[in-house]
Amino acid sequence: MSNSVSTNSPSVSFIRKESTQALPPPIRATGALAWIRDNLFSTVFNTVLTFISLALIYLMLMQLLHFAFFDATFTGQDRSACLSSASRPEPGACWSFISTYINYFIYGSYPIDLRWRVNIVYVLFFISMVWVLWINAPKRAWGAISFFIILPIVSYILLLGAPSLGLEKVTTERLGGMVVTFIVAIVGIVVSLPLGILLALGRRSNLPIVKVFCVIFIEFVRGVPLITVLFAANFMLPLFLPPDLNPDRLLRALVAVVLFSAAYMAEVVRAGLQALPKGQYEGANAMGLSYWQSMRLIILPQALKATLPNIVNSNVALFKDTTLVSTVGIFDFVNTLQASFKNPDWATPVTSTTGWLFAAAFYFVCCYSMSSYARTIETRLAIADKR
Amino acid sequence: MAIAELEEKPRISPFYDPKIRAFVYQAAMIFLVGYGLYAAYTNAVTGLSKQGVVTSLGFWDSVAGFPISFRLIDFTELSSYGTAFWVGLINTVVVSVIGIFLATILGFIVGIARLSSNWLISKIAYWYVQIIRNIPLLIQLILIADLMHHLPGATEIKQNTSGIYLTNQGLFTPRPVFEAGSGLIFYAFLGGLVAFIGYYNWAKNRQIATGKQSPTGLVFLGLIVIFPIAVFFISGMPISLAYPVKTRFSFQGDATLQIEFVAALLGLVIYTAAFIAEVVRAGIMSVSKGQTEAASALGLTAGQNLRLVVVPQAFRVILPPLTNQYLNLTKNSSLASVIAFPELVQVFAGTVLNQTNQAIPVMGITMLVYLTISLITSFLMNAFNQRMALRER
Repeated sequence: MSNSVSTNSPSVSFIRKESTQALPPPIRATGALAWIRDNLFSTVFNTVLTFISLALIYLMLMQLLHFAFFDATFTGQDRSACLSSASRPEPGACWSFISTYINYFIYGSYPIDLRWRVNIVYVLFFISMVWVLWINAPKRAWGAISFFIILPIVSYILLLGAPSLGLEKVTTERLGGMVVTFIVAIVGIVVSLPLGILLALGRRSNLPIVKVFCVIFIEFVRGVPLITVLFAANFMLPLFLPPDLNPDRLLRALVAVVLFSAAYMAEVVRAGLQALPKGQYEGANAMGLSYWQSMRLIILPQALKATLPNIVNSNVALFKDTTLVSTVGIFDFVNTLQASFKNPDWATPVTSTTGWLFAAAFYFVCCYSMSSYARTIETRLAIADKR
Repeated sequence: MAIAELEEKPRISPFYDPKIRAFVYQAAMIFLVGYGLYAAYTNAVTGLSKQGVVTSLGFWDSVAGFPISFRLIDFTELSSYGTAFWVGLINTVVVSVIGIFLATILGFIVGIARLSSNWLISKIAYWYVQIIRNIPLLIQLILIADLMHHLPGATEIKQNTSGIYLTNQGLFTPRPVFEAGSGLIFYAFLGGLVAFIGYYNWAKNRQIATGKQSPTGLVFLGLIVIFPIAVFFISGMPISLAYPVKTRFSFQGDATLQIEFVAALLGLVIYTAAFIAEVVRAGIMSVSKGQTEAASALGLTAGQNLRLVVVPQAFRVILPPLTNQYLNLTKNSSLASVIAFPELVQVFAGTVLNQTNQAIPVMGITMLVYLTISLITSFLMNAFNQRMALRER
């Protein structure tokens, strides 16, 4: 058998030197069509789900688009433009109301000729926030100093005025709108982070009494809603403090927000401290560092870095919680909205819906950018930790 | 000899002695906190006596004199402040419990949808979570309440045959009227339930012993749904429906579901479900892929896979953060006070506090209620968690 093959084949033998061009994959396995089939219509159940959700999206999106754009009013001097008419039986959002009131929402009832001070604070706030959050920013330590120290001091001087510097005094009652929302958020973040770190360290302390105090404080605050803390601060703080110290409304609300978010911050920081391997603590001890030295130089830098996404997320929660100060009569963004609805010049059936939709959009933009930042940091840290 | 020398304590200056330092620190802390509390107490006493307010719970039995629209126990304008407290507390508990139940269902659906192989479904779930989590609950509640107040009023609605009306006062539906003999149906339902539980246990034991499966769904339908309905018809239909009757401006009686309650519930459920969805997603992702693959290799369908393999294992990871979300929902129910739902904060820390001016006892009691709920829940969940935890050797 083998002989016959070897004797007959040489003349017809053919050995291919190069492989042929590979055939293109079948059209049904690649490209947009295959993707659609795999991701939208892979099974009967998925097909049904796809169609149902497409219908739902269409209905909801159309409703929203009609209200926010197609049927909306963009220009107009008063309510008449936003009322229903024969040509438009169901009017959409009344954006001209928002554009009329936008300065009130941003500055509150701050004196109009002094608004430049608020503008400076906004700019400073924006610059230092970008500086401290931008990971590769030059001299980031200075960014942190500007955010945590310079910004609060400058804002305080600019917003409330300092007669000795030639700046007219402005009472806190004149502050309002987004200014107050940002003030509450920034004070909350700037004060509650160090306070939270101290509470977290206290909770992990070896000193039993320090530990008990911290645990009681943290668990008590975390066990009650913010609204009750705000109420308590509003009604009870003036009673507990010496009468001549009488703190104003804004300060009472700030105390409540700071104490509340400090307890949550403490738990976030504690999680970071616990995640640190024990060797770090032991190593710091072995180096002969004192407690505060080891915390400042070894433990906290690592723990805070690892838990940065959670700190940012906790700040998102704090920012959302600032809306609650409106319940104790602080004129934040929510309350300026509510006040603007009372103007009869703009009283239409769609005014309040437009206003709340605008508020939702405002908070969404702020919070979503913060939480997206937290996610970016998280992935970066995950990549950095991978060996 | 050498050992004895080593055991001799090294001499340190008392300034650096950790024991002495610890004592000094803690003594200082006790002093500071104690002094702060003492100062607060004396300030409050002098301040209150100057205002002529006597702090006491004496108001508890006085007549409240205000109405509460949503109540599950009797409350009139002649009822006491104490009753108002209970009405508020019960409303808080009711909205929280129903909210927790619905938010769990919605949260699990969204969390599982987030991991769906269907791209559209997972994207919808993703954006649901992102949008809801990044808008303050207060704004959402107000927006929902606002949209509901824009529903047509009772005067604009025509009477229809279904008897179901969604108005800006709430949802009006036909209500059952129980006549003589309707107890029989209730007992039939109860009997069906007991019979079904017995059957279920028998079927389960049989499956464990022999591997033979018995139909539970059909038996469930027969015993718990069809049997009571059959009794209803046999006994001569003793339950009838009272249709809402239109009056000049509204419908007779209260709405079946009042608008504030629906808005509060919807807001809380939608908001918390987004957080629960993330918890569920993280839990499911924590179950290793080998488990799902092995289950598929055994021939389990996707649904069975989820129900019998993935969720029971994910449950251990899910439970602690899920409890946290339940507590958050309960605490967040206090925000419903802003949209005028009469829960604890609105009734007690709002109206009662304003009328009695007893800030310290009223706020103290309100906070204590939430604290008690939180502590009891975390205690129960910790106990449950310990039972559920993996027994590792």
